[in-house]
Amino acid sequence: MHNFEYHRPTSVADAVQSLKGAEDGKILAGGMTLIPTLKQRLAAPSDLIDLGAIAELKGIKDEGGMITIGAATPHAMVAESEVVRRVIPALADLAEGIGDPQVRNRGTIGGSIANSDPAADYPAALVGLDATVQTDRRRIKADDFFKGLFETALEEDEIVTAVSFPKPEKACYAKFPNPASRYAMVGVMVARAGGAVRVAVTGAGPCVFRLPEMEQALSGNFSPDAIKGIEISADGLNSDIHGSAAYRAHLVSVMARRAVTDCA
Amino acid sequence: MAEDMIGASIRRTEDFRFLTGQGHYLDDINRPNQVHAYFLRSPHAHAKIRSIDTAAAQSAPGVVAVFTGADIAADKVGGLICGWVVTDRHGQPHKAPPHPPLAQDTVRYVGDHVAVVIAESVAQARDAAELIEVDYEMLPAVVDTAKALDPDTPQLHADAPGNLCFDWELGDKAAVDAAFAKAHHVTRLDLVNNRLIPNAMEPRAAIGEYDGGADSYTCYSTSQNPHLLRLILCAFVLGVPEHKMRVVAPDVGGGFGSKIFCYAEEVVCTWAAKKVKRPVKWTAERGESFLSDAHGRDHVTHAELAMDESGKFLALKVDTIAGMGAYLSTFATCVPTYLHATLLAGQYATPAIHANVKAVFTNTAPVDAYRGAGRPEATYLIERIVECAARELRIDPAELRRRNFIRPDQFPYQTPVALVYDTGDYEAALDEALKMADYAGFAARKAESTKHGKLRGIGLSAYIEACGIAPSAVVGSLGAGVGLWESGQIRFSPTGTVSIFTGSHSHGQSHETTFAQLISDALGVPMEKIDVVHGDTDRIPFGMGTYGSRSLAVGGSALMRAADKIIEKGKKIAAHLMEASVGDIEYSKGTFRVAGTDRTKSMAEVAFAAYVPHNYPADLEPGLDETAFYDPANFTYPAGVHIAEVEVDPDTGLVDIVNWVAVDDFGKVINPMVVEGQVHGGIAQGIGQALLENCVYDKESGQLVTGSYMDYCMPRADDLPSFKVGMTETPCTHNPIGAKGCGEAGAIAAPPALINAITDAIGIMHMEMPATPEKVWQAIRQTRPAAAAE
Amino acid sequence: MAGHHVSTTINGDAFEFVCEPDETLLDVLRDRLSLTGSKEGCGTGDCGACSVILDGRLVCSCLVLGAEAEGRTIATIEGMADGDRLHPLQRKFLEHAALQCGICTPGILVAAKALLEKHPDPSETEIRYWLAGNLCRCTGYDKIVRAVLDAAAEIREGRDAA
Repeated sequence: MHNFEYHRPTSVADAVQSLKGAEDGKILAGGMTLIPTLKQRLAAPSDLIDLGAIAELKGIKDEGGMITIGAATPHAMVAESEVVRRVIPALADLAEGIGDPQVRNRGTIGGSIANSDPAADYPAALVGLDATVQTDRRRIKADDFFKGLFETALEEDEIVTAVSFPKPEKACYAKFPNPASRYAMVGVMVARAGGAVRVAVTGAGPCVFRLPEMEQALSGNFSPDAIKGIEISADGLNSDIHGSAAYRAHLVSVMARRAVTDCA
Repeated sequence: MAEDMIGASIRRTEDFRFLTGQGHYLDDINRPNQVHAYFLRSPHAHAKIRSIDTAAAQSAPGVVAVFTGADIAADKVGGLICGWVVTDRHGQPHKAPPHPPLAQDTVRYVGDHVAVVIAESVAQARDAAELIEVDYEMLPAVVDTAKALDPDTPQLHADAPGNLCFDWELGDKAAVDAAFAKAHHVTRLDLVNNRLIPNAMEPRAAIGEYDGGADSYTCYSTSQNPHLLRLILCAFVLGVPEHKMRVVAPDVGGGFGSKIFCYAEEVVCTWAAKKVKRPVKWTAERGESFLSDAHGRDHVTHAELAMDESGKFLALKVDTIAGMGAYLSTFATCVPTYLHATLLAGQYATPAIHANVKAVFTNTAPVDAYRGAGRPEATYLIERIVECAARELRIDPAELRRRNFIRPDQFPYQTPVALVYDTGDYEAALDEALKMADYAGFAARKAESTKHGKLRGIGLSAYIEACGIAPSAVVGSLGAGVGLWESGQIRFSPTGTVSIFTGSHSHGQSHETTFAQLISDALGVPMEKIDVVHGDTDRIPFGMGTYGSRSLAVGGSALMRAADKIIEKGKKIAAHLMEASVGDIEYSKGTFRVAGTDRTKSMAEVAFAAYVPHNYPADLEPGLDETAFYDPANFTYPAGVHIAEVEVDPDTGLVDIVNWVAVDDFGKVINPMVVEGQVHGGIAQGIGQALLENCVYDKESGQLVTGSYMDYCMPRADDLPSFKVGMTETPCTHNPIGAKGCGEAGAIAAPPALINAITDAIGIMHMEMPATPEKVWQAIRQTRPAAAAE
Repeated sequence: MAGHHVSTTINGDAFEFVCEPDETLLDVLRDRLSLTGSKEGCGTGDCGACSVILDGRLVCSCLVLGAEAEGRTIATIEGMADGDRLHPLQRKFLEHAALQCGICTPGILVAAKALLEKHPDPSETEIRYWLAGNLCRCTGYDKIVRAVLDAAAEIREGRDAA
């Protein structure tokens, strides 16, 4: 790592202040990606603003018909949360399936989504469950939040403070992990709420995306058979040593069907 | 106590320190006033170095020195050597291009050593390294082993035309051709033995130290064989007298072959320690391990097996291209030749075998021995082609193997590829394995899987290996630059405690327990009074180290010979103490007895008398401290059968290993619990090769694609099944223990068992390793489009 | 860049140290506090050899900054045994020979301890899934899993008895 100034603010306001004051500040929100990046010297920020001591960013609340998860809440806390398990079990399952225990104990939902890794699990949860991202200054719908490969709607000095999930009638997440990294080679969140169905896919493309054709089919008939015939195009999907675009396209179909099946 | 030592699962005496975080691995060692080395490595697979500007780095904060190839050359530091000269088909020695510890004018793989920065801290060294300006002239690279010999391929070394290191053969080609001419059936197979990255969990590390007053060096190294490293450092690279060099290999965190070799980093740290007059420490980052540890395997093979009507094997012919990487590592050349082609008989009485091996240079990290070294490659091709033959002939694969096994009454058995197997009972292991795996019940289990939409397969692998490396005269005649004996020393103290000194090195193999058990049994000394010392050239007799499953068979045998000397001397002392004649003294388990009487002296009493020789034979030296060197008469031949059973998800191609049975014949087993652990670890690495692990270089750029755990797929706890391990025993006939060796067996046996099972499940002949979910899915899609489209 | 003065509790003892912002907790443990039981196997959080328990949660200390330790409670391998009295996990690892070269062992023991504190009665599948963050190249994990199952049973019995 190149050296940097380390800040440990105790309020969001202070964190924003530190970020604004820094020449090239970066948020430390778990550090599961950031610290390895710094070690490999692929980034050399002047300042690191650690969100770990900001109490208001941690915790899970069930209020106003939404499950709201503080941005600095680690994945393990989501996986272990009784309220998440009861209200949106798919979200608890997804969190339990991220990386390994060491990652789940440090990595946070805010850190994950702000990074917008194409193979991260949470983007599928946010988009699939129609969540809203709360920042220090505004609310952003999940559909508008993820912009592309490692790209989000966040401004330079904007900090994610929480994510709010509406309560679905049914939702399931099916993931085919990359055998080496345990990131999602393909992860599909299928959720039904108020008659509408959302199908969100992570891992397969440069950024999380929805499958309108499947959503429509499932809205009429929420069963695996309804999407059996839907071909997923491999165009634009990721291809690497672990899986070609064609394989990923196939896995999207399989995982989507499994998610629907698991909803039953 | 003494009665039960051999064959007892004694708890490992080394474990307390490891379990409590008190092991002393190299990176836990810091020397007073030490500085840190950081190696600037080539970012290119193949490039000329036009110039290197180190001025900015030299003056960076904390920097003590910056050295490049020019400094190495100015000090006449020698190149890294290959210690085994293979003579090619035309009687010429292999091509051994220079392998400088720091590049001279050309870099030949990503990770090649360009310069070293020595600074007060690692961070400062690394910061400074970023200031070194290297002007590279890019050259085209070749990374594909199969294409290295193609006529229009870029050439790595001026003195290795066409990238050919050697073109070598073994066996009677005429006899093989004659057998093929009259064959009823020929099975043909093309296969790749995928390149692997060893990944010992402790990264390599070194500390060089120079004592100006004594004009002597110390090199701390994560080495499997400290004396061999000393020999190479002194006699070939640094030109230092051997008695002026101490090599210390402390607790070492796994090796699997990759820590046998002499690497550039330990050379440079040791050399630089004198230049900067301070200890120089280097610890690899994991990324450096991926780039620069010697890789394993990397064979491209075509094989043909000729059979008669009954499926009897008539002849086998094998053509292999073996990747050596950019330079020859310490033992690179013997791996695809004398550790590979000599094993091509396997467990079978195939009368004629011919192998041709072409070793080639590519712009990749050097390739050398990795767990099994040559023998996994041989076993994989034999057990794959035998399996294909069984499928083509519609003979049960177990039955086809049984028909062709070398029978117990044929031992000693001269194979057509140079080795003489001393003993074995291959059918016994097969029968036991079939029973343990409930082979007979497989069809019912398959039917059950089919009901649930899963594809089930079963695969066998009957392996043999040549271990206990090795008879010195034999390997010498084949080109080895060293003898492969081992040393052992047993030193009693006056109070009856024992220090055992061994030239073997333990880096997970549990020598501290097993060797103590052996000597406790032989000399009747309780385990807690025995210490095993290894890994320090200033403390132990010259030794050859640990690799090739040799430590017990060769190193243990040396200790047994030393124990014989102790007993022989002890008899003289005991006879004197009991006023009897030496001829009347009987010895058993620590007690000297006058035959036919109840007059005895214990080993402790004899040891005391030896050191306090007040009443002592006049013509006998005091002391009880004996050394022996043991040179084996033959290799040892562990063999066995592994059976894998898998269930494949046709929707995703995911393979689930539902059962694993291993039945091994390691000869005499000293500590079954330790041996079982070795088997487990070997299988895990074998499963890794067959299912998960693959070293991938970008074909164009030569960049290492699998340079971290994000892409190089290591077996993790939830990837593996638990293993059922059984044993058969035919003791080795030519060493005093009867032991054969167990360290590599699993890694040798496992890959073909698993690929046989997967291809059986899918109903195809072959699939290259690793059998990734996508490959499996693609294969299913091709064989049963309907199932895969589901 | 300013050094950070950090007060922390490690294995029940109060520690104070000064570290640079770019030092990881693993660097601090090993290089400043001479607690070398935690090992660096990869430095990127992928192998688990540096596992420690931070405020009750299992983490890779190579991905925690030393400065983050301020006011926190840390448990490392050095605090696992009670003097010469081994923790049941350590004892079962010894009885099963669930280690070979020993380099990954501290991390695996710490990880297993974190598991048993959360799940006193894990299944084999749960143990394997939990330990997926810890690489071992020697053992093939089989004996590790047996040892953890065995230790869990013993700890449960001890609790029942008490």
